Amino acid sequence: MSEMNPNPVNTGQHEPAPTVESPQRRRLIGAAGAAAGLAIAPGVMLIEVAHGRPEDQPASSAVRWGMLVDATKCATGCNDCVTACSTENGWTPIGESAHPKQAPQWIRKLELQDPLTQMETNLPMMCQHCAEPPCVDVCPTGASFKRADGIVLVNRHTCIGCRYCMMACPYKARSLVHEQLNDTQKADVPRGIGCVESCTFCVQKVDRGDGTTACVEACTASGHNALVFGDLNDPDSEISRKLREIPTKQVRADLNLNLGVRYHGI
Amino acid sequence: MASLMQRAVRAAFLAAALAWAGVSPAQADAPKPVIEKAVKGQQCVEDTEYMRKNHMKVLDLHRDKTVIEGIRTKKHSLKECINCHASEKTGSVAKSKDDFCVSCHTYAAVKIDCFECHSTKPQGPMTMHPLNAGTAHYKHKLVAGAKKPVTVDDMAKVAQ
Ligand code: HEC
Ligand code: HEC
Ligand code: HEC
Repeated sequence: MSEMNPNPVNTGQHEPAPTVESPQRRRLIGAAGAAAGLAIAPGVMLIEVAHGRPEDQPASSAVRWGMLVDATKCATGCNDCVTACSTENGWTPIGESAHPKQAPQWIRKLELQDPLTQMETNLPMMCQHCAEPPCVDVCPTGASFKRADGIVLVNRHTCIGCRYCMMACPYKARSLVHEQLNDTQKADVPRGIGCVESCTFCVQKVDRGDGTTACVEACTASGHNALVFGDLNDPDSEISRKLREIPTKQVRADLNLNLGVRYHGI
Repeated sequence: MASLMQRAVRAAFLAAALAWAGVSPAQADAPKPVIEKAVKGQQCVEDTEYMRKNHMKVLDLHRDKTVIEGIRTKKHSLKECINCHASEKTGSVAKSKDDFCVSCHTYAAVKIDCFECHSTKPQGPMTMHPLNAGTAHYKHKLVAGAKKPVTVDDMAKVAQ
């Protein structure tokens, strides 16, 4: 299991293939984890407290999920985060869509160039999971909502496809499903015609206790390590430590939306 | 979700139509719905009798709990209904007219849109989490043959 998922944030979750995890073995892993945590250089902890919550417990506001994008590490031409997102969540990437202008897009790569200095910046753009989300303010049915743990979602059971939220979003993060999907969806990620959708911070993975998202896994697997996902409310999480150490920005900070996604190097 | 009003209207309409045709529902020769036997498990998540009448309530309640609150219990999850009730022939609960979530509804003139979004086939993510949808059907197989409750550990063995 852990071979499939070389993400350091996640190693606390899946230790190398235990046949049956006895309590003794668990304690052993715990001890090994603590030792590994000490052994690593400051700022780089391999073992992170797992956020798996019991499946009968609701999401809690004690946690606020967030993401840090290090644009200085985000590579030109690399699209791995976008591909991983479309694979995990079952949306067709624009390049493969019959109607590219209408194709859904949960995350996209931006390549920017400073016209004066010619400096290039790469970054992924997606739902910024605002603490004060404009999409929630404008939704006439309450379908657009913020979950207790800060993840901004569309409840597709009550979404009527009016697209006010798409207009209200400063980040163009949302899209509407224009076409019948004909049972091609992933069992864990229902989505369908006439509803608005956007990045969910891989809510199905987070709730499973993976503690990470598909894009972060892919970025780490590619060796770029430009993305970190974690709990902003936990002062000891990798993301909180990084946010304390390096300068970061919110995109359109002037809007005062208190974003869950922060960028370094823009 | 049909309101009570819609349901009442539907029932009244059906009765009127049958009366007009000069038949009582008992005599009507409409083909009875096919109820495919669940592929997995020996019993439903609630009494069969209760589920027959109230499965929509069970599903409605659970979807709000899951989507809005993030509660992920398996018991009333639609994914689990599909794991047990998908037809052996089509591998789906809603592909052909005799599939589990279709036949009854056709008979009762109910139209549901759930499968515009929800996959109709049992399938799981690639990760082999012992109790996720991908391997849940093993659990039901185990339960069917087991003498004691199936634990996470038993499942972990199956997953390998
Ligand atoms: C563990 C496997 C299992 C799961 C999970 C399950 N069922 Fe069942 N269900 C059964 C069995 C077994 C029966 C009994 C009838 C039979 O033998 O097919 C049944 C019966 C039913 C019936 C009555 C059929 C009749 O005979 O009139 C309905 C309706 C139903 N289930 C709906 C659901 C729904 C909706 C869900 C999800 C919330 C669900 N089931 C989940 C196994 C399952
Ligand atoms: C427009 C798309 C859409 C339609 C139509 C739809 N759903 Fe959902 N449903 C979703 C999404 C998205 C989720 C959230 C999945 C997640 O977070 O894992 C969901 C989750 C659920 C869940 C909780 C997860 C699970 O599998 O148990 C249930 C139950 C559910 N829906 C039932 C229904 C029922 C019943 C219908 C039909 C009356 C329906 N849905 C129609 C999109 C849809
Ligand atoms: C035993 C027959 C039967 C089976 C099997 C069955 N249903 Fe139903 N279902 C009904 C009937 C009858 C109604 C309408 C009840 C009413 O309107 O009072 C209904 C209504 C519904 C509704 C509410 C629709 C609305 O407009 O309010 C949903 C949702 C639903 N069923 C989902 C399912 C799913 C999902 C399955 C497959 C797992 C399923 N049903 C299998 C008989 C069945």
